[in-house]
Order: sequence, then C-alpha cells, then structure tokens
Amino acid sequence: MAQLDVRQKLEILADAAKYDASCASSGTAKRNSRDGKGLGSTEGMGICHAYAPDGRCISLLKILLTNSCIFDCHYCINRKSSNVRRARFTAAEVVQLTLSFYKRNYIEGLFLSSGIIRSSNYTMEQLVEVARSLREDHHFRGYIHLKTIPDADPELVHQAGLYADRVSINVELPTASGLKRLAPEKDGARIEGAMADNKAAMLDNADARKKYKAAPRFAPAGQSTQMIVGADAATDGDIVRRASTLYDRFNLRRVYYSAFSPIPDASAVLPLQRPPLMREHRLYQSDWLMRFYDYSLQEVVAAADDATGMLPLDIDPKLAWALKFRDRFPVDVNHAPREMLLRVPGLGVKAVNAILTSRRWRRLRLDDVARLTVSVTKLRPFIVTEDWRPVMLTDKAELKPLVAPKKQQLELFAA
Amino acid sequence: MRVVTLPEPDDFDAWRDAARGLAAAGVPADDVVWQVGDAPTDLFAGQASTAPPPASPGFSVPRPFIDLARSAVQASDPERFSLLYTLLTRLRREPGVMEDRADPLLRRLETLAKNVRRDIHKMRAFLRFREVTDEAGSRFVAWFEPEHHIVRANAAFFVNRFASMRWSILTPDVSLHWDGKALSEGPGATRADAPDGDPVEEVWKTYYANIFNPARVKVGAMLKEMPRKYWKNMPETALVPQLLAGAQAREARMIETAQTQRGEIGGNSQAAWEALKEEAAACTRCHLYKHATQTVFGEGSVTSTIMFVGEQPGDNEDLAGKPFIGPAGQMFDRALEQAGIDRGAAYVTNAVKHFKFEQRGKRRIHSKPGAGEIDACRWWIEQEQMLVQPKVTVALGATAARSLFGRTVTIGRERGQAMQLPAGGQALITVHPSFLLRLPDEEAKQVEFARFVDDLKVAHALLA
Repeated sequence: MAQLDVRQKLEILADAAKYDASCASSGTAKRNSRDGKGLGSTEGMGICHAYAPDGRCISLLKILLTNSCIFDCHYCINRKSSNVRRARFTAAEVVQLTLSFYKRNYIEGLFLSSGIIRSSNYTMEQLVEVARSLREDHHFRGYIHLKTIPDADPELVHQAGLYADRVSINVELPTASGLKRLAPEKDGARIEGAMADNKAAMLDNADARKKYKAAPRFAPAGQSTQMIVGADAATDGDIVRRASTLYDRFNLRRVYYSAFSPIPDASAVLPLQRPPLMREHRLYQSDWLMRFYDYSLQEVVAAADDATGMLPLDIDPKLAWALKFRDRFPVDVNHAPREMLLRVPGLGVKAVNAILTSRRWRRLRLDDVARLTVSVTKLRPFIVTEDWRPVMLTDKAELKPLVAPKKQQLELFAA
Repeated sequence: MRVVTLPEPDDFDAWRDAARGLAAAGVPADDVVWQVGDAPTDLFAGQASTAPPPASPGFSVPRPFIDLARSAVQASDPERFSLLYTLLTRLRREPGVMEDRADPLLRRLETLAKNVRRDIHKMRAFLRFREVTDEAGSRFVAWFEPEHHIVRANAAFFVNRFASMRWSILTPDVSLHWDGKALSEGPGATRADAPDGDPVEEVWKTYYANIFNPARVKVGAMLKEMPRKYWKNMPETALVPQLLAGAQAREARMIETAQTQRGEIGGNSQAAWEALKEEAAACTRCHLYKHATQTVFGEGSVTSTIMFVGEQPGDNEDLAGKPFIGPAGQMFDRALEQAGIDRGAAYVTNAVKHFKFEQRGKRRIHSKPGAGEIDACRWWIEQEQMLVQPKVTVALGATAARSLFGRTVTIGRERGQAMQLPAGGQALITVHPSFLLRLPDEEAKQVEFARFVDDLKVAHALLA
C-alpha cells in the first residue's frame, strides 16, 4: 500500500469513527491552563464546536487509531471481511492533529477508539500512549474520551482511566441473542465485567480522594455505552429495560442509541434497511423521561404499545403516556405536586420549576403559563389554571389530533 | 427627566452605581433616560438636564437579581438598562417579584439574559483562530461578530483555555489581545484586519466532511444549533451544500446496490438465514411465545425467486417446528403441484411465527392473530424479505396481506392482481388454504380450489 498522508488517513479514520454516536464533552472536572504551561481547559458544560448536516454535534476529534480489525462483527464497517480502505495513525500523528485543531478552537478534545490489531493488549497500549503523550508531554488539559477494550489487561484499562475524562465500552446490541448473531466474537459477559471494573475503579477513586485530595482522578466524566437500534429483534420496551439495568448496574452517565445505518459493503446477516431515525429519537426522549422527569421504568414502558412493545413514532413518549392515562389529567398548575407537573406534555423541567416558585406568590392564569412555555395550545387540554378548565377537551375521545404535531412532509432521508 | 450616561455598552458596575442612587432617591423609572457613550438613545434626551445620580446609602437586593442584571446588561436591546431599572424599583416595593417567574417584565429580562448566555456559549463554540507568524513566533487571530456585548465577559474563558498561546480576538466593537501574560483591549476592527486563511483549515474540513454520516441527514437539527448567521466565519460550513448533494447520490447508489445484488450480498445468505432463525427461536417481541411450543420460522431456499407467506403455524406446525405441514399444508402442497410450482425451490413462511390458540378441553383451537401481534412479528418477515429478495411474494390470506402491506386488505377485492410490494418485488394476494378446508359444500370447495390454483399460476407466470 502506498504511504498515506495525514489527511488521507484522517479521511478514512474519521469516516470509520462516525458510527459512534457520543461526542459529549461535559461533566468532567474543571481545569485550565493559567499556569502558562499547558493547553486547554474544561468547564462543567461541554461545547459543540460545529454541527454536521446529520444534525450531530462535533465536539471532539473522533477518530480511530486504526480501522484494521481482527474481529468480524457483522454490523461494523471495519470488520475483518469488509472491503474498506485501511489506514493507521501513529500516536504522534494523533497527538499533533489534536493539538493543532484544539489551538484553533475547532474542538474540545479527542475521542479515540480503535479496531483491534495484533491483540487487545497491544491495541489498548497504543490508545493509552496517545493519551499519555497528550497529558504528560504536552500538558493537554482538554477533554479525552477513550474507548476501552473489554479483553485488555485491567491494569491498562486503569491507566486509560487516569488519563481520560471518560471511558466507554459499547454493549453493541440490546439483546444477548442479537450480540451472538451479529458479533459472534464478542462476549456479553466480558463486556459487562469490564464495565463493572470501571465502576469499581471510579468508586475506589472517590474514596481515595476523600482521604487524599491529590489522588489522581479516574475518569471524572464517568463511563458511557452505546447500543445499536434496529439491527436485532429487540423492541423499544426491551431496549428501555436494558438501558435502565445498565444505568443501575454500572453507574453509567449516558446510554447512547445509534439507529443502525446501512453500511457500504454490508454483510448479509444485517438488515439493509435502516430503522426510522425517529425511533432513535423516541428512545432518547424516553431516556430523558427517566433521567430528568422522574418517570419510572414501568411508566416509560407503559407508553409503548402493549402488543408490539414499540413506542409510537408520531408522538413523543410523554404525550403517549398522557393520552394513555387520561384519568390523571387535567393537572391543576396551582396545586399539583412537582411529579404531576412534570408529566404534563409540553411542560419542561425549567417551566415546572418556574411554576413552582411563581405560585407561591399568586395564583397562575393561562397567560402566565403561556409565558413560561413554548406553546400553550398543546398544553391546554391537560391543565387547570385560575381561569381555564378543559372540561370538554379532556373527555374527548379524539384528543390526539388536537395535541399531536401536524404531519409534515417527510424529509427525503428522514425515514 | 434625568439622563444617565454609561461609559460602555456592557458596563454593569456603572449601571449599578447609577441605579442604586436613583432608586434610593425614589426616582421613577419613567423619569430616567439611559445612554451609552456619546450616542443619544432618546430623541429628546438633549433637552433634559443631565444630573449625576445622588449619593446613595445603598440597599440590598436578592442575589438572583444581580445575576440577571449582569447578563442582561450585555444584551444589545437598547431598552435593557431601563427595563432593569424598572424591575429594581419594583423590587423595592414587591420583594417577591424575582420569584414570580411568570411576571411579564421578569420574563422579558430573563429572555434577554438567556440570549446573552447563548451568544456567549456560541462565541466559545464557533470562534475560529487562524495562525500567523510574526517576529516573536506564532500567534493566533480570530474574527468574530457577536450579537450582544459579550466579548469582555467572555475574555476569561479564552485566557483560561489558551493561556500559553499568544492570541487576538477581533470584533466590530472591541479587540482583545493576550500576549501570554496579560490581557489588553483595543478598538473595534474589521474582517480585513484578520488573516484570511490557515492551512490547517483544509485538514479540519476533511474531518468535517468525513465525520458526517450521509445516511442520516437532519438539516433542521443542524440549523437549530448552528444558525446561518454564524456560518460566514466558520470555514467548514462552506462544505454543507456539497455534502448534502453528495448524500443524496450516495443514498441512491446504496439502494440500487441493494436491489441488484439479489442474494449475493456478502455471499453468505445461507449463514445469515441460519443466524436469523436461531435469533428468532428466542423471540419475545409479543406475548405469544409464552404459550406456544416453539417459534416456527420460514423454510425453503434462501435464494428462491418466490416466497409464500401464510398466517401463523397451526397445531401440527407448532409441535413440529415447520410451516405448512398440517391439513392446510397438504392442501397447499396439492395446489402448488397443480400450478406447477416446486415447493422445494420456494421459500415458505408465516406472518406470525408463534401458534396462537384457545385451549378447549384437550384441543388447541386456532385463534386469529391481532393487529398488534402481526405488527410485532413483521420484523422477522422484513428480515426474511431482505435475505431472500423474492421476485414474487404471495400473501395467503388477510393476515399475510396485512403484514406485507401494512394495511387491512379485503381479499375479495384485491386477490389475483400483481401489485408492487413496499419491500421490493411484486406481490399477489390470494386466500389461505385453510379457507378451502372450512367450506362445507363439496362443490364450492372444488370451485374455490380451482380459483386458488389459478392465482398460484398467475404468481408463477410473474416469475417469467
């Protein structure tokens, strides 16, 4: 193979990395470079430095160290039997690329992953070396996300956590049978074992830092994982249940969902058709309901269709839940407890907090609520205010057409 | 009428000092005109007396007010000073006003503050440095056009992040310069004062083009977070039109490949089918698995050009794990033979893969699958269609037709005609063989059997 220059490698290795959904740079420890020695800073909140036409945030330089791989996972464009061009960065090339992008304010940092070459340990060593060089040789204080390899030596994974802000391992598929079919060489138990190790290391680290303030931090932005949606037979109900278990068992910061997208040179084991992107969106919304709106797992699952276990695509899960449990509405914004206000379709967490403080001072009218939300039309059938009571509306059988978003012509690529 | 002149458009301290004095003296908000520098903000301001604010004894306000004012002062809205002062005078009378979040005035100021915070965030995100070299080495220069007066408030962020570099941020109102040790301020600049390129931008554009996934275009989501007003100073946005155009072409190519490579994708459709069947054995997508003996997956040739889709396995099929082997299956076999179709070369499957029944004594009586069960099971049919990619698919009965077309179909009206299938290929709808078994009258049975065979012949002819 002819020698590729850095730009050609970047072409191949960024293309190969795009199937990882995460690009988050938030939730890590605060750092800066005021000592004049290093480069970079992190605040609590991540920054998206650009958006691609796929609507995704570009916060990090997200690349693979190499897209060669000894594994043959069917859903993966980099699998051994795939016909793609292969390339490999040296550690120094990745370091230089990261620094030169960072200095121009293109990125918050680096998200480095890799195909497995030679062995899991060898690959992990290479990933750790990039992070080490950035942190130690260049005093890089920006964000680093390292993908860790389940089969690698735990000591290497631990080192990765000491350099990185976040570590992640993908569970890949929501069901064990799906993993067996599509990634026969991956071992679900070992993936979970490695996530459990990471969790233990984070807990140990928190303990150590209580005793010694100077103890080095282990992955201060925690760990995350990703599931591919639509490549196996899992229903939305199955996926939400699996995500909830993962959050509970491994203290995950985030579970990412990636709608399976057809890859060039696909293996026949895979569906050729992608699931609607809207399905991925609905799953994120249900994730949100559990993390920020105090919905229980059972409530989110109840929003799905009983027979098919799928969340509706035409309305969001919160509205679906409200339409299904009509007897819980209308909610009186002047009296209802926080958890019921959070269940009103169209009221966000901020609006609910604003309502709770405002109503200590006076009774709220529909106009007041309108000022706190984007659209009061959608809200009206579900709330009672000082001057509004939706008696007729809530009892109407055909409430859905009144509150569901108007059908739009589908974007060419939306479905 | 009092006129208060503030030195800079984002000078919170000057506003606070003036407002504190005026409020302590009980000056109503309508009697104060606020202006910045020499620019009069009020047509009649010139006629009023400019009185310095009286010395004030000071009074306390809630912390949230200070936070709000600090942000809102940076807004470009010329009314911001006067709105804030109005809120301040109300605050002295109604101490709870900061908590009445639905109050129109508070709401308006909070919106201003929110727009300012967003602009601050977007400046941190979308500002782009270009590297230049001067006598002291390398230096990074950015040109940025903020919407609000946020540049000074944002300086600390850039100092914290880029303390070891030398840099300048040029904006129309003010310039910031960091020499590695100290921050200094200069007058406003123009785009022409900033460098017009940087070789690394080409590398960055390469990254931008390749991290984009053309299989999922969401222009709305991109524009919501990266509005066009920021595009002109971001090098990568020049690529957007060509990326979108390319995505369409690539999508079309992928569909074409999928349609032409019948059964050859990856060359391992038999292995793929076996893996799929194994996964289906553990299916729990609907509740039917709880009572049935096993999943009855389709069978036959995975490279077949014709696929038959029935309703669901019956009692015999459920026990044997094979489709179409009971009485209806035998009827089906007889009809196939008469129509000249070799079952061994076809692919035969069911819309629903588990047996649904009612227990009556010792007998298990077939029970029609519901729309939910058909929809839940459709995933498997779709996988089978993608693998086999038959030229012709025959829907045997209403359940199969619903599964394939996603709508309720009246057999009497639509049977026997070739139709385009959403998943590709042609489809034909006919009755389910068990319908023939249920006919009480022998003569009617023969007539219907002949019609069924005729339908199968039509399907067979479509293959030619």
